[in-house]
Amino acid sequence: MKGKLVVVEGIDGSGKSTQLRLLEKWLISRNVPVFFTEWNSSETVKQITKKGKKNGQLTPITFSLLHATDFADRYERNILPLLHAGYIVLADRYVYTAYARDIVRGCNPNWVKKIYEFAIRPEIVFYFKVPIDTAVDRILSGRPRLKHYEAGMDLNLSNDPYESYRIFQSRIIEQYEYLSVSENFTIVDGTMEIEESQRFLRSIVMKLLPLNFAKNRRPKRP
Amino acid sequence: MNYRAIRSLKGKEQRKTVFYGHAIPYLENIEIKGRFIVIEGPDASGRSTQIELLWPKLEADGHAVLNAGLRRSELIGQGILEAKRNFVLGRRTISLFYAADFADQLENKIIPGLRAGYIVLSDRYIYTLMAREAVRGISSSWSRNLYGFALRPDIVFYLDVDPNELVHRVFKKNSYLDYYESGTDLRLSDNMLESFIMYQKLLKKEFVRMQKRYNIVSINGNRSVSEINEDLQKRIYDYLQNLQNY
Repeated sequence: MKGKLVVVEGIDGSGKSTQLRLLEKWLISRNVPVFFTEWNSSETVKQITKKGKKNGQLTPITFSLLHATDFADRYERNILPLLHAGYIVLADRYVYTAYARDIVRGCNPNWVKKIYEFAIRPEIVFYFKVPIDTAVDRILSGRPRLKHYEAGMDLNLSNDPYESYRIFQSRIIEQYEYLSVSENFTIVDGTMEIEESQRFLRSIVMKLLPLNFAKNRRPKRP
Repeated sequence: MNYRAIRSLKGKEQRKTVFYGHAIPYLENIEIKGRFIVIEGPDASGRSTQIELLWPKLEADGHAVLNAGLRRSELIGQGILEAKRNFVLGRRTISLFYAADFADQLENKIIPGLRAGYIVLSDRYIYTLMAREAVRGISSSWSRNLYGFALRPDIVFYLDVDPNELVHRVFKKNSYLDYYESGTDLRLSDNMLESFIMYQKLLKKEFVRMQKRYNIVSINGNRSVSEINEDLQKRIYDYLQNLQNY
């Protein structure tokens, strides 16, 4: 495998997407072949599952399997071929998001993990760790309309979508905490300033790049 | 209707759902009283014909019957067809799509039907999906885990038809060979007829492999429709009879 896979994980509002986009800009500016992929974004699958999601028809199993389908489609047609071709693939959420969400929804952890067994292990997983209130305040300060599954309304945690969202997210954090140990996540303090976090990310990603990348950065000696 | 009334009327005892593998916790320990019969077999092996014959017979004898099958979920059944038509999806993606469609049928049709006391006749089940995956190089331990949430049927029949005979039935039914049912995506041969036969032989081999593990009853499908039906009827009625005497 010539390419490298870099993943960010964390709950909504943890700052992971902002950081990954900055990482992408940086790599592009250095002419490194880079590809960005997002959770739940396969066009083919989306067309088919939109209806079920809108009507709130999904059960924990179908929810889990449709997300696995979406992931498999991106994996088979984008992620894997790009890695073979030597790209740095930046993934905004990876299989760990599925582990955390599906387990919170009551699916058997071994069942979920085995389904995603075909996915290669990333070089680095940055886990954006933030206190629940910080993240939830970032998301809810604009009083957005939360979608049914996004708020975890299918779990019957609370009739109030905002309250449900908060409980749901705190359970996801619990799962991330377990995973951060077993899956060896690199922890990023999500309360740091954007520039500071980005410096930290770059210092680590730098090590994945070919040696001549570092060389090119230095001004040539006369 | 109370528990005893159900039992004395139809010989249907309440029992718990039994799954193949890691069940999904919320599906576990559900009380069911119906019976679950699966008919497996390749395309054009006569599965649907047999179900159409069994259905009125069972109803005439006072059983409520429900028909289930693959790729029929409201949620995604149609979507799979569209995606396949465009030949865009990878193997793993198609497997997961089918699994999602199957899960929807299981949760919204098969299990509710069994809870209500229906005899559920399923036109194909997870075995076809697992066989297709196996011949496409997907590990059987992965497939077995994937379908771990599947309910264990009471009887599974497999209509075993010689691929050389099967091809004529396909021609009679559709007048052409289907892209997927011929395994064209596996590039076994440029000759489509040859590819069909080779593919069907591979699937058959997988069914033989699964037979013991899943208790699959092989039915000689090379016979006439009425002969096969008589055979199936006898086996189903023997099974139901035994329950009543139990």
